[in-house]
Amino acid sequence: MLAPVLAASSGFTSPHVDWHALAPEIILVGTIVVALLIDLFTEDHNKGLVSSVVGLGMLASFIPLITLGLDNHERVMFGGAYVVDDFALVLKGLFLVAGYLTVLLSTNTIAEGDYHEGEYYLLLLSSVLGMTFMASARDLISIFVALEMLSIPAYLLASWRKRTQTGIEAGMKYYLMGVFATAVMLYGMSLIFGGTGSTLLTDVGAAVNGSFGQEPVAVLGIVFVIVGFAFKVSAVPFHNWAPDTYEGAPTPVTAFLSVASKTAGFVAILQLVFLGFFNRSDTIRPFMFVLAVLTMTVGNVIALRQTNVVRLFAYSSVAQAGFILAPLAVISSNHPDRAADILSSIVLYLIVYTIMNLGAFAVIITVSRRTQSGEITSWAGLFTYAPGLAVAMGAFLFGLGGIPPAAGWFAKFQLFNAVVGAGTPSAYALGVIMAANSVISLAYYLGLMRTMFMDDPVDGDVTPVKIPVPLRAAVVLTGVATILLGVLPFLVSDIADGATFVTAYLPGK
Amino acid sequence: MFLNQFLLLAAVLFCIGVYGVISRRNGVMVLMSIELILNSVNINLVAFSAMTGAVSGQVFALFVIAVAAAEVGVGLAIVLAIFRNYRSVDLDDVDLMKG
Repeated sequence: MLAPVLAASSGFTSPHVDWHALAPEIILVGTIVVALLIDLFTEDHNKGLVSSVVGLGMLASFIPLITLGLDNHERVMFGGAYVVDDFALVLKGLFLVAGYLTVLLSTNTIAEGDYHEGEYYLLLLSSVLGMTFMASARDLISIFVALEMLSIPAYLLASWRKRTQTGIEAGMKYYLMGVFATAVMLYGMSLIFGGTGSTLLTDVGAAVNGSFGQEPVAVLGIVFVIVGFAFKVSAVPFHNWAPDTYEGAPTPVTAFLSVASKTAGFVAILQLVFLGFFNRSDTIRPFMFVLAVLTMTVGNVIALRQTNVVRLFAYSSVAQAGFILAPLAVISSNHPDRAADILSSIVLYLIVYTIMNLGAFAVIITVSRRTQSGEITSWAGLFTYAPGLAVAMGAFLFGLGGIPPAAGWFAKFQLFNAVVGAGTPSAYALGVIMAANSVISLAYYLGLMRTMFMDDPVDGDVTPVKIPVPLRAAVVLTGVATILLGVLPFLVSDIADGATFVTAYLPGK
Repeated sequence: MFLNQFLLLAAVLFCIGVYGVISRRNGVMVLMSIELILNSVNINLVAFSAMTGAVSGQVFALFVIAVAAAEVGVGLAIVLAIFRNYRSVDLDDVDLMKG
């Protein structure tokens, strides 16, 4: 409507819009509208329809992702602010998988609680839409808009149990921390814009390579921006919100936040570090080193003392974030050839971590439906009355701990490879710290295993666990994927290797 | 034009905002402190934009203003729900789980 009017004025050219490249997002937006209308016109007992429609919408937007992948050429829109390359496609696919699994996890919990079903799935889908935007955002403005688009619905989802004191406390902590982090990040972005005169990451990268990179204010801007996203991925010392939010929010939302929202934060960090700030790797390296070491050590040590299974997984996901940050502590603009290895190892771990963690949460939700408790002691003897669930949980715990044959071992091996491959003393030191932390994390993962397999059931109660169909589907899908990717890691490592940015972006290539 | 003055004003506003977020215990005051930080960002962006002639800074500032409005809408809703549960908006009271 407006475009012809603007086009008539001088100096305006209508931007080229590649509808094929935008198709996944357009399908998601269409699904939001349809779901909103269905929610408006259905009775309360039929609201389950919304969850089906939202799930189908996410699956439908996979179709254009696959056709775009087969088409195999980069699409650059809006002057480079929105790019659909292999990296974007792989991560969009990951976000859609995470979103769909979250719908499966939510269906029963949300339908049985006194929750607002229709609105829940709308907000979930809006958040996933923001994440798919984030995967393509290559401009400070579009990164900011994508971040807010995925965060604001997530604030509301985290405070979903608004009539209980712990529920609203969870939302409040997440909101305040998130908004404060965003504000700090924006201040950093404003400094970077001031120094470079552009918001495009490619221009920022060129300016950081040039004279702006030598200015002290560049360091300030870079650190502020990274701190902003460190909150998002719950890196220590910016992790305070995570355990309380994870405990107080509904468990499916916790699963979503610990996986999808965290991955979105990492995607933004990867884009900013590799495309924008790569030539100040001397600033990023020590910063990431401290962040990664603190995050995995503090997360693991506190996780050892937890008695609540959701809090245990909250701290475990903090520790996992430290592992994912570790390869960024060895990036170097003198060795741009190693950048691709570092990038693909992180993407691989994000993919595998998403599957394993969502699977573990599916089991947690199923078991806590029976026990009505989050305490680890209530998991005693799970194997005697629900052997399938116990074995699946065992696979996820093995995967998270990095023991073959579950999927995590290869991804963790690649992380070590990327870190130690740098060959500097600090890289070796980081490798040793990672190895020590892997051992610590095994202590609590295997501790939960022992409770499930060795201990006697509480009160000798061995009535079987009822597993609703959506949860069963989620456990089976993630369980099969965890084992399959552990035995045949190349299935997904090829995808992760391909998930590079447009190669021209990487300096030195 | 003296860019320094704008940057100094923005830096002072940013610091006041950060101080407010850290020290204030009233939920509404914390939200207002965050608004101060966002406005310091806007001053920065517009000043840089006027200096370099790059319009994208002003566009960025418009986006910040629009998104901040949505964010504060959610924030006030959360503060309201806190008041209903706790009968106070003192954030020190809202710490049952002791993170």
